[in-house]
Amino acid sequence: MAATTTNPTYKLDLTSSPHVHSRWSTKQAMWMVVFALIPSIISAVVFFGFYQLLIIAVSVGFAVGTEAAIKAIRKRPITIMDGSGIITGLLLALILPPNFNLAFTAIGSVVAIGIGKEIFGGLGYNIFNPALVGRAFLQASFPVPMTTWTAPNYTVDAVTTATPLSAFKFDKVAADLSDLFIGNIGGSTGETSSIAVLIGGIVLIGAGVVNWRVPVSMIAGILVFGGIFYFIDPAAYPNPVFHLFAGGFLFGALFMATDWVTSPLTSKGMIIYGLGIALVLVIIRLFGGLPEGVMYAILFMNSFVPLINRYNRPRVFGEVTK
Amino acid sequence: MELVLIFFSAAIVNNFVLSYFLGICPFIGVSGKISSAFSMGLATTFVMSITSIVTWLIYHLVLVPNNLDFLQYVSFILVIASLVQFVEMFIKKISQPLYRALGIFLPLITTNCAILGLALFIVLKEYSFIEGIVYGLGAGAGFTLAITLMAGIREELDLADVPKSFQGAPITLLVAGILALAFMGFAGLISG
Repeated sequence: MAATTTNPTYKLDLTSSPHVHSRWSTKQAMWMVVFALIPSIISAVVFFGFYQLLIIAVSVGFAVGTEAAIKAIRKRPITIMDGSGIITGLLLALILPPNFNLAFTAIGSVVAIGIGKEIFGGLGYNIFNPALVGRAFLQASFPVPMTTWTAPNYTVDAVTTATPLSAFKFDKVAADLSDLFIGNIGGSTGETSSIAVLIGGIVLIGAGVVNWRVPVSMIAGILVFGGIFYFIDPAAYPNPVFHLFAGGFLFGALFMATDWVTSPLTSKGMIIYGLGIALVLVIIRLFGGLPEGVMYAILFMNSFVPLINRYNRPRVFGEVTK
Repeated sequence: MELVLIFFSAAIVNNFVLSYFLGICPFIGVSGKISSAFSMGLATTFVMSITSIVTWLIYHLVLVPNNLDFLQYVSFILVIASLVQFVEMFIKKISQPLYRALGIFLPLITTNCAILGLALFIVLKEYSFIEGIVYGLGAGAGFTLAITLMAGIREELDLADVPKSFQGAPITLLVAGILALAFMGFAGLISG
Protein backbone atom coordinates (compact mmCIF):
# COMPACT_ATOMS: atom_id res chain seq x y z
CA MET A 1 0.00 0.00 0.00
CA ALA A 2 1.23 3.43 -0.87
CA ALA A 3 2.38 5.70 1.89
CA THR A 4 0.49 8.95 2.22
CA THR A 5 2.36 12.19 2.72
CA THR A 6 0.45 15.31 3.57
CA ASN A 7 1.73 18.60 2.33
CA PRO A 8 1.08 21.17 5.08
CA THR A 9 0.84 24.13 2.71
CA TYR A 10 -1.64 22.86 0.17
CA LYS A 11 -3.54 20.28 2.23
CA LEU A 12 -3.14 17.86 -0.62
CA ASP A 13 -2.66 14.14 -0.17
CA LEU A 14 0.16 12.88 -2.31
CA THR A 15 0.36 9.15 -2.85
CA SER A 16 2.41 7.13 -5.23
CA SER A 17 0.80 4.70 -7.68
CA PRO A 18 -1.03 2.32 -7.86
CA HIS A 19 -4.17 4.38 -7.30
CA VAL A 20 -6.63 1.71 -8.36
CA HIS A 21 -6.58 -1.23 -6.02
CA SER A 22 -8.49 -4.44 -5.59
CA ARG A 23 -11.42 -4.36 -3.24
CA TRP A 24 -10.12 -7.60 -1.75
CA SER A 25 -7.27 -7.65 0.70
CA THR A 26 -4.95 -10.65 0.50
CA LYS A 27 -6.52 -12.13 3.60
CA GLN A 28 -10.10 -11.65 2.40
CA ALA A 29 -9.26 -13.11 -1.02
CA MET A 30 -7.63 -16.17 0.55
CA TRP A 31 -10.63 -16.82 2.77
CA MET A 32 -12.91 -16.41 -0.26
CA VAL A 33 -10.98 -19.24 -1.95
CA VAL A 34 -11.39 -21.43 1.13
CA PHE A 35 -15.11 -20.64 1.00
CA ALA A 36 -15.26 -21.47 -2.72
CA LEU A 37 -13.67 -24.86 -2.07
CA ILE A 38 -16.54 -25.93 0.21
CA PRO A 39 -18.62 -27.50 -2.65
CA SER A 40 -15.58 -29.59 -3.66
CA ILE A 41 -15.02 -30.70 -0.07
CA ILE A 42 -18.69 -31.72 0.13
CA SER A 43 -18.42 -33.67 -3.14
CA ALA A 44 -15.29 -35.41 -1.85
CA VAL A 45 -17.16 -36.55 1.26
CA VAL A 46 -20.32 -37.51 -0.66
CA PHE A 47 -18.53 -39.65 -3.21
CA PHE A 48 -15.60 -41.00 -1.25
CA GLY A 49 -16.66 -40.97 2.37
CA PHE A 50 -15.77 -39.20 5.60
CA TYR A 51 -12.20 -40.48 5.62
CA GLN A 52 -11.41 -37.67 3.14
CA LEU A 53 -12.07 -35.14 5.90
CA LEU A 54 -9.25 -36.74 7.87
CA ILE A 55 -6.90 -36.34 4.88
CA ILE A 56 -7.92 -32.70 4.60
CA ALA A 57 -7.32 -32.16 8.32
CA VAL A 58 -3.85 -33.74 8.19
CA SER A 59 -2.92 -31.84 5.05
CA VAL A 60 -4.08 -28.47 6.37
CA GLY A 61 -2.62 -29.13 9.81
CA PHE A 62 0.84 -29.95 8.51
CA ALA A 63 0.76 -27.10 5.99
CA VAL A 64 -0.06 -24.50 8.63
CA GLY A 65 2.31 -26.10 11.14
CA THR A 66 5.22 -26.11 8.68
CA GLU A 67 4.61 -22.51 7.76
CA ALA A 68 4.45 -21.43 11.40
CA ALA A 69 7.59 -23.41 12.27
CA ILE A 70 9.65 -21.98 9.40
CA LYS A 71 8.48 -18.44 10.11
CA ALA A 72 9.39 -18.91 13.75
CA ILE A 73 12.85 -20.31 12.95
CA ARG A 74 13.50 -17.41 10.58
CA LYS A 75 12.15 -14.92 13.14
CA ARG A 76 9.61 -13.54 10.69
CA PRO A 77 6.05 -12.55 11.60
CA ILE A 78 3.85 -15.65 11.81
CA THR A 79 1.51 -15.21 8.85
CA ILE A 80 -0.64 -18.32 9.12
CA MET A 81 -3.82 -16.32 9.56
CA ASP A 82 -3.62 -14.97 6.00
CA GLY A 83 -5.13 -18.28 4.95
CA SER A 84 -2.61 -19.11 2.25
CA GLY A 85 -1.21 -22.11 4.11
CA ILE A 86 -4.74 -23.37 4.71
CA ILE A 87 -5.48 -23.08 0.97
CA THR A 88 -2.33 -24.97 0.05
CA GLY A 89 -3.25 -27.75 2.47
CA LEU A 90 -6.84 -27.87 1.21
CA LEU A 91 -5.85 -27.88 -2.45
CA LEU A 92 -3.28 -30.60 -1.89
CA ALA A 93 -5.80 -32.80 -0.05
CA LEU A 94 -8.37 -32.33 -2.80
CA ILE A 95 -6.01 -33.40 -5.60
CA LEU A 96 -4.88 -36.60 -3.84
CA PRO A 97 -6.46 -39.96 -4.60
CA PRO A 98 -9.26 -41.09 -2.26
CA ASN A 99 -8.21 -42.87 0.95
CA PHE A 100 -4.61 -41.75 0.53
CA ASN A 101 -2.10 -42.71 3.20
CA LEU A 102 -2.09 -40.07 5.97
CA ALA A 103 1.70 -40.17 6.51
CA PHE A 104 2.30 -39.56 2.82
CA THR A 105 -0.24 -36.74 2.94
CA ALA A 106 1.74 -35.13 5.74
CA ILE A 107 5.01 -35.47 3.76
CA GLY A 108 3.38 -33.90 0.71
CA SER A 109 2.06 -31.06 2.80
CA VAL A 110 5.45 -30.33 4.40
CA VAL A 111 7.15 -30.37 0.98
CA ALA A 112 4.44 -28.15 -0.52
CA ILE A 113 4.89 -25.44 2.09
CA GLY A 114 8.59 -25.93 2.81
CA ILE A 115 10.04 -26.36 -0.67
CA GLY A 116 7.13 -24.98 -2.66
CA LYS A 117 6.74 -21.75 -0.76
CA GLU A 118 8.83 -20.87 2.30
CA ILE A 119 12.23 -21.55 0.66
CA PHE A 120 11.41 -18.77 -1.79
CA GLY A 121 10.62 -16.37 1.03
CA GLY A 122 6.97 -17.15 1.66
CA LEU A 123 3.73 -15.93 0.17
CA GLY A 124 4.19 -13.73 -2.88
CA TYR A 125 7.63 -14.98 -3.87
CA ASN A 126 7.00 -18.59 -4.82
CA ILE A 127 7.52 -19.39 -8.50
CA PHE A 128 5.54 -22.63 -8.54
CA ASN A 129 2.12 -23.43 -7.17
CA PRO A 130 2.96 -24.95 -3.74
CA ALA A 131 0.17 -27.55 -3.72
CA LEU A 132 1.26 -28.81 -7.13
CA VAL A 133 4.90 -28.99 -6.02
CA GLY A 134 3.72 -31.16 -3.13
CA ARG A 135 1.70 -33.38 -5.41
CA ALA A 136 4.46 -33.69 -8.03
CA PHE A 137 6.83 -34.68 -5.24
CA LEU A 138 4.40 -37.34 -4.01
CA GLN A 139 3.82 -38.57 -7.55
CA ALA A 140 7.56 -39.03 -8.05
CA SER A 141 8.11 -40.59 -4.61
CA PHE A 142 5.06 -42.83 -4.22
CA PRO A 143 3.83 -43.57 -7.73
CA VAL A 144 1.69 -46.58 -6.81
CA PRO A 145 -0.41 -45.11 -3.97
CA MET A 146 -0.72 -41.92 -6.05
CA THR A 147 -2.46 -43.82 -8.82
CA THR A 148 -4.63 -46.16 -6.79
CA TRP A 149 -8.12 -44.87 -7.39
CA THR A 150 -10.92 -46.04 -5.14
CA ALA A 151 -14.31 -46.24 -6.83
CA PRO A 152 -16.89 -43.77 -5.48
CA ASN A 153 -19.85 -44.87 -3.33
CA TYR A 154 -18.39 -48.08 -2.06
CA THR A 155 -20.31 -49.69 0.76
CA VAL A 156 -18.19 -52.18 2.67
CA ASP A 157 -15.10 -53.10 0.69
CA ALA A 158 -13.24 -50.40 -1.16
CA VAL A 159 -12.94 -51.25 -4.84
CA THR A 160 -10.32 -49.70 -7.06
CA THR A 161 -11.25 -48.39 -10.44
CA ALA A 162 -9.73 -46.70 -13.46
CA THR A 163 -10.12 -42.97 -13.88
CA PRO A 164 -12.03 -41.94 -17.00
CA LEU A 165 -8.82 -40.58 -18.51
CA SER A 166 -6.81 -43.76 -18.03
CA ALA A 167 -9.81 -45.83 -19.16
CA PHE A 168 -9.82 -43.85 -22.38
CA LYS A 169 -6.08 -43.82 -22.79
CA PHE A 170 -5.48 -47.52 -22.30
CA ASP A 171 -8.82 -49.13 -23.20
CA LYS A 172 -10.52 -46.48 -25.35
CA VAL A 173 -13.58 -46.47 -23.11
CA ALA A 174 -15.21 -43.06 -22.86
CA ALA A 175 -17.06 -42.28 -19.64
CA ASP A 176 -20.61 -41.02 -19.59
CA LEU A 177 -20.57 -37.22 -19.67
CA SER A 178 -23.26 -36.84 -17.02
CA ASP A 179 -21.20 -38.98 -14.61
CA LEU A 180 -18.19 -36.78 -15.36
CA PHE A 181 -20.25 -33.71 -14.68
CA ILE A 182 -21.68 -34.86 -11.37
CA GLY A 183 -18.52 -36.60 -10.24
CA ASN A 184 -19.61 -40.19 -9.77
CA ILE A 185 -16.31 -41.47 -11.18
CA GLY A 186 -12.83 -42.49 -10.08
CA GLY A 187 -10.34 -39.69 -9.60
CA SER A 188 -8.77 -37.31 -7.11
CA THR A 189 -11.17 -36.56 -4.28
CA GLY A 190 -12.01 -32.94 -5.04
CA GLU A 191 -11.58 -33.03 -8.80
CA THR A 192 -14.19 -35.55 -9.90
CA SER A 193 -17.27 -33.41 -9.50
CA SER A 194 -17.22 -30.78 -12.24
CA ILE A 195 -20.41 -29.19 -10.97
CA ALA A 196 -19.00 -28.60 -7.47
CA VAL A 197 -15.80 -27.16 -8.89
CA LEU A 198 -17.75 -24.90 -11.24
CA ILE A 199 -19.95 -23.54 -8.43
CA GLY A 200 -16.88 -22.57 -6.42
CA GLY A 201 -15.05 -21.21 -9.45
CA ILE A 202 -17.96 -19.08 -10.62
CA VAL A 203 -18.29 -17.60 -7.14
CA LEU A 204 -14.58 -16.67 -7.21
CA ILE A 205 -14.74 -15.12 -10.67
CA GLY A 206 -18.05 -13.39 -9.95
CA ALA A 207 -16.67 -11.85 -6.77
CA GLY A 208 -13.62 -10.63 -8.67
CA VAL A 209 -11.24 -12.64 -6.51
CA VAL A 210 -9.57 -14.38 -9.44
CA ASN A 211 -9.19 -13.14 -12.97
CA TRP A 212 -11.47 -14.80 -15.55
CA ARG A 213 -8.86 -14.66 -18.30
CA VAL A 214 -6.79 -17.64 -17.13
CA PRO A 215 -9.65 -20.18 -16.81
CA VAL A 216 -11.46 -18.89 -19.89
CA SER A 217 -8.37 -19.05 -22.10
CA MET A 218 -7.58 -22.52 -20.71
CA ILE A 219 -11.09 -23.75 -21.51
CA ALA A 220 -11.02 -22.15 -24.97
CA GLY A 221 -7.57 -23.64 -25.51
CA ILE A 222 -8.55 -27.17 -24.58
CA LEU A 223 -11.70 -27.04 -26.70
CA VAL A 224 -9.71 -25.80 -29.71
CA PHE A 225 -6.59 -28.00 -29.37
CA GLY A 226 -8.61 -31.05 -28.27
CA GLY A 227 -11.14 -30.29 -31.02
CA ILE A 228 -8.47 -30.27 -33.72
CA PHE A 229 -7.38 -33.80 -32.84
CA TYR A 230 -10.98 -34.98 -32.45
CA PHE A 231 -11.70 -33.58 -35.90
CA ILE A 232 -8.71 -35.44 -37.38
CA ASP A 233 -9.68 -38.81 -35.94
CA PRO A 234 -12.77 -39.06 -33.67
CA ALA A 235 -12.09 -42.74 -32.96
CA ALA A 236 -8.57 -42.30 -31.63
CA TYR A 237 -8.96 -39.03 -29.71
CA PRO A 238 -11.63 -38.13 -27.15
CA ASN A 239 -14.00 -35.30 -27.87
CA PRO A 240 -13.04 -31.92 -26.41
CA VAL A 241 -15.98 -31.83 -23.99
CA PHE A 242 -14.61 -35.03 -22.42
CA HIS A 243 -11.25 -33.26 -22.01
CA LEU A 244 -13.01 -30.39 -20.32
CA PHE A 245 -14.84 -32.40 -17.66
CA ALA A 246 -12.41 -35.28 -17.17
CA GLY A 247 -9.59 -35.40 -14.64
CA GLY A 248 -8.47 -32.29 -12.86
CA PHE A 249 -8.87 -29.85 -15.71
CA LEU A 250 -11.61 -27.63 -14.28
CA PHE A 251 -10.16 -27.79 -10.78
CA GLY A 252 -6.76 -26.85 -12.18
CA ALA A 253 -8.20 -24.08 -14.34
CA LEU A 254 -10.26 -22.47 -11.58
CA PHE A 255 -8.19 -23.05 -8.44
CA MET A 256 -4.62 -23.90 -9.43
CA ALA A 257 -3.74 -21.89 -12.51
CA THR A 258 -5.46 -18.78 -11.14
CA ASP A 259 -3.13 -18.56 -8.15
CA TRP A 260 -2.23 -14.85 -8.08
CA VAL A 261 1.41 -15.36 -7.23
CA THR A 262 2.29 -17.88 -9.89
CA SER A 263 0.25 -16.55 -12.83
CA PRO A 264 1.19 -13.63 -15.11
CA LEU A 265 0.38 -10.03 -14.26
CA THR A 266 -0.94 -8.63 -17.54
CA SER A 267 -4.13 -9.57 -19.39
CA LYS A 268 -2.24 -10.63 -22.49
CA GLY A 269 0.19 -12.64 -20.37
CA MET A 270 -2.71 -14.47 -18.67
CA ILE A 271 -4.14 -15.49 -22.03
CA ILE A 272 -0.76 -16.76 -23.26
CA TYR A 273 -0.37 -18.65 -19.98
CA GLY A 274 -3.83 -20.22 -20.18
CA LEU A 275 -3.42 -21.28 -23.79
CA GLY A 276 0.05 -22.66 -23.01
CA ILE A 277 -1.32 -24.84 -20.21
CA ALA A 278 -4.09 -26.14 -22.48
CA LEU A 279 -1.65 -26.98 -25.28
CA VAL A 280 0.83 -28.79 -23.02
CA LEU A 281 -2.05 -30.64 -21.35
CA VAL A 282 -3.55 -31.85 -24.64
CA ILE A 283 -0.12 -33.06 -25.77
CA ILE A 284 0.48 -34.95 -22.51
CA ARG A 285 -3.03 -36.45 -22.43
CA LEU A 286 -3.03 -37.58 -26.06
CA PHE A 287 0.59 -38.58 -26.64
CA GLY A 288 2.31 -38.87 -23.27
CA GLY A 289 2.88 -41.92 -21.13
CA LEU A 290 0.59 -40.56 -18.42
CA PRO A 291 -3.19 -40.34 -18.67
CA GLU A 292 -3.37 -36.97 -16.92
CA GLY A 293 -1.11 -33.94 -16.97
CA VAL A 294 -2.88 -30.89 -15.56
CA MET A 295 -0.38 -30.70 -12.70
CA TYR A 296 2.64 -30.94 -15.00
CA ALA A 297 1.15 -28.51 -17.52
CA ILE A 298 0.57 -25.88 -14.83
CA LEU A 299 4.00 -26.37 -13.23
CA PHE A 300 5.61 -26.17 -16.67
CA MET A 301 3.85 -22.90 -17.49
CA ASN A 302 4.58 -21.54 -13.98
CA SER A 303 8.23 -21.62 -14.94
CA PHE A 304 7.49 -19.45 -17.98
CA VAL A 305 5.68 -16.78 -15.96
CA PRO A 306 8.76 -14.62 -15.23
CA LEU A 307 9.55 -14.53 -18.95
CA ILE A 308 5.91 -13.89 -19.92
CA ASN A 309 5.78 -11.00 -17.46
CA ARG A 310 9.02 -9.55 -18.72
CA TYR A 311 8.04 -9.55 -22.39
CA ASN A 312 4.50 -8.35 -21.82
CA ARG A 313 5.31 -5.37 -19.70
CA PRO A 314 2.81 -2.58 -20.40
CA ARG A 315 4.49 0.33 -22.13
CA VAL A 316 4.98 3.58 -20.27
CA PHE A 317 2.71 6.24 -21.77
CA GLY A 318 4.49 7.71 -24.79
CA GLU A 319 7.20 5.06 -24.91
CA VAL A 320 8.23 4.16 -28.43
CA THR A 321 8.88 0.54 -29.29
CA LYS A 322 12.19 -0.05 -30.95
CA MET B 1 8.50 -36.65 -39.00
CA GLU B 2 11.15 -38.88 -37.45
CA LEU B 3 13.49 -35.88 -37.35
CA VAL B 4 10.87 -33.69 -35.68
CA LEU B 5 10.45 -36.35 -32.99
CA ILE B 6 14.22 -36.53 -32.46
CA PHE B 7 14.35 -32.76 -32.08
CA PHE B 8 11.56 -32.57 -29.49
CA SER B 9 12.80 -35.66 -27.72
CA ALA B 10 16.19 -33.99 -27.18
CA ALA B 11 14.77 -30.54 -26.43
CA ILE B 12 11.85 -31.30 -24.11
CA VAL B 13 11.23 -34.93 -23.19
CA ASN B 14 14.83 -35.92 -22.59
CA ASN B 15 16.06 -32.43 -21.89
CA PHE B 16 19.81 -32.62 -21.26
CA VAL B 17 19.73 -30.43 -18.18
CA LEU B 18 16.40 -31.33 -16.58
CA SER B 19 16.16 -34.99 -17.37
CA TYR B 20 19.75 -36.21 -17.87
CA PHE B 21 21.24 -33.64 -15.44
CA LEU B 22 24.10 -32.85 -17.81
CA GLY B 23 25.65 -29.39 -18.11
CA ILE B 24 24.63 -28.32 -14.60
CA CYS B 25 27.77 -26.20 -14.14
CA PRO B 26 26.97 -23.42 -16.67
CA PHE B 27 23.28 -23.94 -15.88
CA ILE B 28 23.96 -22.69 -12.38
CA GLY B 29 26.88 -20.40 -13.17
CA VAL B 30 25.43 -18.26 -15.96
CA SER B 31 21.72 -18.30 -15.16
CA GLY B 32 21.77 -15.05 -13.20
CA LYS B 33 20.61 -12.81 -16.03
CA ILE B 34 18.28 -13.59 -18.93
CA SER B 35 20.39 -11.90 -21.61
CA SER B 36 23.67 -13.64 -20.77
CA ALA B 37 21.88 -16.94 -20.11
CA PHE B 38 20.30 -16.79 -23.55
CA SER B 39 23.66 -16.02 -25.16
CA MET B 40 25.22 -18.89 -23.26
CA GLY B 41 22.45 -21.10 -24.59
CA LEU B 42 23.13 -19.97 -28.14
CA ALA B 43 26.89 -20.49 -27.77
CA THR B 44 26.29 -23.98 -26.38
CA THR B 45 23.79 -24.75 -29.16
CA PHE B 46 26.36 -23.69 -31.74
CA VAL B 47 29.07 -25.85 -30.20
CA MET B 48 26.63 -28.75 -29.89
CA SER B 49 25.49 -28.70 -33.50
CA ILE B 50 29.04 -28.40 -34.88
CA THR B 51 30.20 -31.09 -32.46
CA SER B 52 27.51 -33.46 -33.68
CA ILE B 53 28.67 -32.93 -37.28
CA VAL B 54 32.40 -33.22 -36.69
CA THR B 55 32.34 -36.07 -34.19
CA TRP B 56 30.00 -38.07 -36.43
CA LEU B 57 32.40 -37.66 -39.35
CA ILE B 58 35.44 -38.55 -37.24
CA TYR B 59 33.76 -41.54 -35.67
CA HIS B 60 32.35 -43.03 -38.85
CA LEU B 61 35.06 -42.08 -41.34
CA VAL B 62 38.22 -42.34 -39.24
CA LEU B 63 37.74 -44.32 -36.04
CA VAL B 64 35.43 -47.14 -37.11
CA PRO B 65 37.21 -48.08 -40.37
CA ASN B 66 40.53 -48.28 -38.48
CA ASN B 67 39.12 -50.09 -35.46
CA LEU B 68 40.05 -47.16 -33.27
CA ASP B 69 36.69 -46.51 -31.65
CA PHE B 70 38.29 -46.81 -28.20
CA LEU B 71 39.80 -43.40 -29.06
CA GLN B 72 36.38 -41.76 -29.23
CA TYR B 73 36.64 -39.98 -25.87
CA VAL B 74 40.02 -38.44 -26.60
CA SER B 75 39.18 -37.40 -30.12
CA PHE B 76 35.76 -36.03 -29.18
CA ILE B 77 37.24 -33.92 -26.39
CA LEU B 78 39.87 -32.54 -28.76
CA VAL B 79 37.21 -31.56 -31.27
CA ILE B 80 35.08 -29.92 -28.60
CA ALA B 81 38.03 -28.03 -27.13
CA SER B 82 39.05 -26.57 -30.48
CA LEU B 83 35.45 -25.64 -31.29
CA VAL B 84 35.08 -23.84 -27.98
CA GLN B 85 38.32 -22.00 -28.67
CA PHE B 86 36.83 -20.86 -31.93
CA VAL B 87 33.58 -19.68 -30.32
CA GLU B 88 35.57 -17.85 -27.66
CA MET B 89 37.63 -15.94 -30.22
CA PHE B 90 34.48 -15.14 -32.16
CA ILE B 91 32.58 -13.76 -29.16
CA LYS B 92 35.60 -11.80 -27.96
CA LYS B 93 35.77 -10.20 -31.39
CA ILE B 94 32.09 -9.28 -31.80
CA SER B 95 30.94 -8.52 -28.26
CA GLN B 96 33.27 -7.60 -25.41
CA PRO B 97 30.44 -7.13 -22.86
CA LEU B 98 29.06 -10.58 -23.62
CA TYR B 99 32.58 -12.01 -23.42
CA ARG B 100 32.98 -10.54 -19.95
CA ALA B 101 29.49 -11.60 -18.85
CA LEU B 102 30.12 -15.22 -19.79
CA GLY B 103 33.54 -15.06 -18.16
CA ILE B 104 35.13 -18.35 -17.18
CA PHE B 105 32.06 -20.28 -18.25
CA LEU B 106 32.81 -19.71 -21.92
CA PRO B 107 36.06 -21.73 -22.02
CA LEU B 108 34.39 -24.11 -19.60
CA ILE B 109 31.95 -25.16 -22.33
CA THR B 110 34.82 -27.51 -23.18
CA THR B 111 34.25 -29.43 -20.01
CA ASN B 112 30.48 -29.13 -20.27
CA CYS B 113 29.52 -32.78 -20.01
CA ALA B 114 26.35 -32.09 -21.99
CA ILE B 115 28.48 -31.69 -25.11
CA LEU B 116 30.62 -34.78 -24.68
CA GLY B 117 27.42 -36.55 -23.64
CA LEU B 118 25.79 -35.45 -26.87
CA ALA B 119 28.64 -36.83 -28.97
CA LEU B 120 28.54 -40.13 -27.10
CA PHE B 121 24.74 -40.39 -27.26
CA ILE B 122 24.87 -39.98 -31.04
CA VAL B 123 27.23 -42.95 -31.22
CA LEU B 124 25.19 -44.93 -28.71
CA LYS B 125 21.84 -44.32 -30.42
CA GLU B 126 23.38 -45.10 -33.82
CA TYR B 127 21.98 -41.98 -35.42
CA SER B 128 22.57 -41.24 -39.10
CA PHE B 129 24.43 -38.05 -40.04
CA ILE B 130 21.27 -35.93 -40.46
CA GLU B 131 19.65 -37.39 -37.33
CA GLY B 132 22.80 -36.54 -35.40
CA ILE B 133 22.66 -32.90 -36.48
CA VAL B 134 18.98 -32.63 -35.56
CA TYR B 135 19.71 -34.29 -32.22
CA GLY B 136 22.49 -31.75 -31.58
CA LEU B 137 20.21 -28.83 -32.46
CA GLY B 138 17.46 -30.22 -30.24
CA ALA B 139 19.82 -30.71 -27.32
CA GLY B 140 21.07 -27.14 -27.77
CA ALA B 141 17.53 -25.78 -27.95
CA GLY B 142 16.66 -27.71 -24.80
CA PHE B 143 19.70 -26.35 -22.99
CA THR B 144 18.82 -22.81 -24.10
CA LEU B 145 15.22 -23.28 -22.94
CA ALA B 146 16.25 -24.61 -19.55
CA ILE B 147 18.89 -21.96 -18.85
CA THR B 148 16.63 -19.11 -20.01
CA LEU B 149 13.72 -20.32 -17.87
CA MET B 150 16.08 -20.58 -14.93
CA ALA B 151 17.44 -17.08 -15.55
CA GLY B 152 13.90 -15.66 -15.64
CA ILE B 153 13.11 -17.35 -12.35
CA ARG B 154 16.36 -16.19 -10.76
CA GLU B 155 15.83 -12.59 -11.80
CA GLU B 156 12.46 -12.83 -10.08
CA LEU B 157 14.07 -14.33 -6.99
CA ASP B 158 16.51 -11.42 -6.69
CA LEU B 159 13.71 -9.53 -4.97
CA ALA B 160 12.54 -12.44 -2.85
CA ASP B 161 13.23 -12.96 0.83
CA VAL B 162 15.11 -16.23 0.32
CA PRO B 163 16.67 -17.60 3.52
CA LYS B 164 20.34 -16.66 3.62
CA SER B 165 21.63 -20.22 3.56
CA PHE B 166 19.57 -20.94 0.43
CA GLN B 167 20.66 -17.94 -1.64
CA GLY B 168 22.59 -18.54 -4.84
CA ALA B 169 23.39 -22.09 -5.87
CA PRO B 170 21.15 -23.93 -3.33
CA ILE B 171 17.93 -22.23 -4.39
CA THR B 172 18.96 -22.69 -8.03
CA LEU B 173 19.39 -26.41 -7.52
CA LEU B 174 16.05 -26.59 -5.71
CA VAL B 175 14.32 -24.74 -8.54
CA ALA B 176 16.05 -27.05 -11.01
CA GLY B 177 14.66 -29.99 -9.04
CA ILE B 178 11.11 -28.61 -9.20
CA LEU B 179 11.57 -27.89 -12.92
CA ALA B 180 12.74 -31.47 -13.40
CA LEU B 181 9.58 -32.64 -11.58
CA ALA B 182 7.52 -30.53 -13.99
CA PHE B 183 9.36 -31.98 -17.00
CA MET B 184 8.59 -35.51 -15.72
CA GLY B 185 5.10 -34.96 -17.12
CA PHE B 186 6.54 -35.35 -20.59
CA ALA B 187 7.92 -38.79 -19.78
CA GLY B 188 6.89 -41.38 -22.31
CA LEU B 189 5.78 -38.69 -24.74
CA ILE B 190 8.18 -39.84 -27.43
CA SER B 191 9.52 -43.33 -27.08
CA GLY B 192 13.15 -43.77 -28.00
